[in-house]
Amino acid sequence: MNELPMSSMSTHPLSRRTMLQGAGVGASALLLAACSSAPSAAPTAAVDRSEKQKSLRFDSRDTYRNTTGEDYPLLEKFTEASGISVTYSSAVSDDNVYYSKVKNQLKMGQDIGADASVLSDWMAARWIRLGYVQEIERKRITNFENIRLQFQDASYDPGRRASLPWRSGFTGVAWNKEELPEGLTSVSDLWDPSLSGKVGVMSAMRDTLGLIMLDAGVDIEGKDWGDAEFSNAVNTLRTQVSSGQVRSIKGNQYKEDLKSGKTIAAIARVGDVMQINAEAGDKWGFAIPEKGGVLWSDVVVIPIGSTHRSNAEDFINFYYDRSNAVKVAAATSFISPVDVRQPEIGTIPQELSRNLMIFPSEATFATTKTFRTLSQGEEQRYGAQYQTVLLAGA
Amino acid sequence: MAFSAFATGTAQEQAPRRKSKIALLLLLPGILYLMLFFLVPLVSLVITSFQAPVPYGDIGEFQTAFKWQNYVDVVNTYGEHILRSFGYAILATIFALLFSYPLAYFIGVKARRWPLLQNLMLVLVIAPFFISFLLRTLAWKSILSDESFVISGLKALSLMAPDAHFTGTAAAVVFGLTYNFIPFMTLPLYSNLQQLDTRLLEAGSDLYSTPSKTFFKVTVPLSMTGIVSGVLLTFIPAAGDYINASRDFLGGTGTAMIGNVIESNFLVTLNYPVAAALSIILMAVILVMVTVYVKRSGTEDLL
Repeated sequence: MNELPMSSMSTHPLSRRTMLQGAGVGASALLLAACSSAPSAAPTAAVDRSEKQKSLRFDSRDTYRNTTGEDYPLLEKFTEASGISVTYSSAVSDDNVYYSKVKNQLKMGQDIGADASVLSDWMAARWIRLGYVQEIERKRITNFENIRLQFQDASYDPGRRASLPWRSGFTGVAWNKEELPEGLTSVSDLWDPSLSGKVGVMSAMRDTLGLIMLDAGVDIEGKDWGDAEFSNAVNTLRTQVSSGQVRSIKGNQYKEDLKSGKTIAAIARVGDVMQINAEAGDKWGFAIPEKGGVLWSDVVVIPIGSTHRSNAEDFINFYYDRSNAVKVAAATSFISPVDVRQPEIGTIPQELSRNLMIFPSEATFATTKTFRTLSQGEEQRYGAQYQTVLLAGA
Repeated sequence: MAFSAFATGTAQEQAPRRKSKIALLLLLPGILYLMLFFLVPLVSLVITSFQAPVPYGDIGEFQTAFKWQNYVDVVNTYGEHILRSFGYAILATIFALLFSYPLAYFIGVKARRWPLLQNLMLVLVIAPFFISFLLRTLAWKSILSDESFVISGLKALSLMAPDAHFTGTAAAVVFGLTYNFIPFMTLPLYSNLQQLDTRLLEAGSDLYSTPSKTFFKVTVPLSMTGIVSGVLLTFIPAAGDYINASRDFLGGTGTAMIGNVIESNFLVTLNYPVAAALSIILMAVILVMVTVYVKRSGTEDLL
């Protein structure tokens, strides 16, 4: 260690002026650091220490782990088989909030406290675009072939080099069966005057506007639509909100409104409807609208600063095993990206295995569309436009 | 810093003229703290508010510029939200004052003879602080929801229309703001009224003044410093609040306040310049309103 030259210290005593100048420079540096939001060079991936450190920090959503009371059978089974201890966190309850927490570290290529993060596909697309994720070593994902073909590729990540599918589900229309025994078949049904003030919609843009666009005959998966079609959907929603037809626009809490009776019809995710039916009796119906439903997907990525990439890959691969995937799908009611079939599907009760909302057939998939990946300009423009409805004037 | 506008000539004359190194040394931690945690973020916020998007840049990427049009844009786009925020904050402050004054008067003046009761009531005023602000607001959301006992009761008594709601309305937001900031109004008022010399009230009565005249001519002017403190402590945070008006709490789609707009621009659309410009406008308007209010109420010495 180099010693400080004492002589130079004594010949240059720290005057008050010097100290103030130093403080000024320090403050300016801090200020510049605080102001910087301009693009910088893409960060580089951290060194993988998985060989020596048998641990994994997994940031996901609360509803995604299969549990049996206080036990997490598959997590425990994975740890037993691999020797990798997993810290499971439900940190990603909201993509935007999660992103704002970790974006500065991601930008600098630092560890965000997670070795794998489960994100909505549109957020993963952003991370991939910005170079915030590590490339996945495909040869470690030996069960990749178990994934359904449609999930094996993504427009935002050709060939799935940096993201892997994790959970999916359908968004459609839900209703209270006691109040609306005849049910709903389309998004337009929600705008019926008899439901005025009793309709809820989700604040998730792609779910709500995706359904409204599908209702207007737009193929949300294709590239043939743009500003005009999006604006039309925004205006439809704005009209319904300002007229009072839509009572609430909420995040996850929209299901609580359905449950409490505050809303009797809503744009909803099928998993949420199954959950409230399990909690409060079989009172709510769900349908994929005639003109099409939205297929949403969450994917798992390995953040750029993760030092346990291989551990994360092993973990993901474990869940791509057919027998594990079927257990998770049955326990969580979300669609697994894994193509589960006999004999594995025979291990769960028939009422579950025949549920097309959890184990959809190709025909069911065909009735839904995935919201296409937006360009960075569109993401900014459409996001701002949608927010004007959420923050509408009275 | 913001309140230096209220400094009076008298105070300056009373300040010791001799420079004291110890005083400077003692001030240093405070000054450094303010520089680091107030001045630097404030300047950063001002710079951010003038930033422009990076050409062909990604979402949330901005570069230093002098795009003053950001301010014009936000006023044009969110003018209604700015006005609504101040409208709600003013209403909440008035309601909090009307509720807190009698309460503080009772605790500080009437209950002087019963110290136990006085302390008990003070605890009741402070008790909500022991529970998180969020939880308290969520609790009100349940209490005031459509299926709650309160709303069902009001509907049963025909005091509310059968299909009427309370949550999601402007009234619910103002109610939430009032409730949450009542302790901030009550405590300064109590602290002031506790020192009220009741002999002055007796003198008013001896001079044949009616109780109401004594109240407005003696009690209110004497408690003006408490009123001003309470109003400031209530109005300033209420104007920037984003919890009560949130759609997930007591608000609805038509009740968004400026805090909600700032939150949405910072977290969702990542439009930092807009969020920063709105924050600066909020701060500037509050500063102007508070300065005018304090000058007009004749309590410059308070600050």
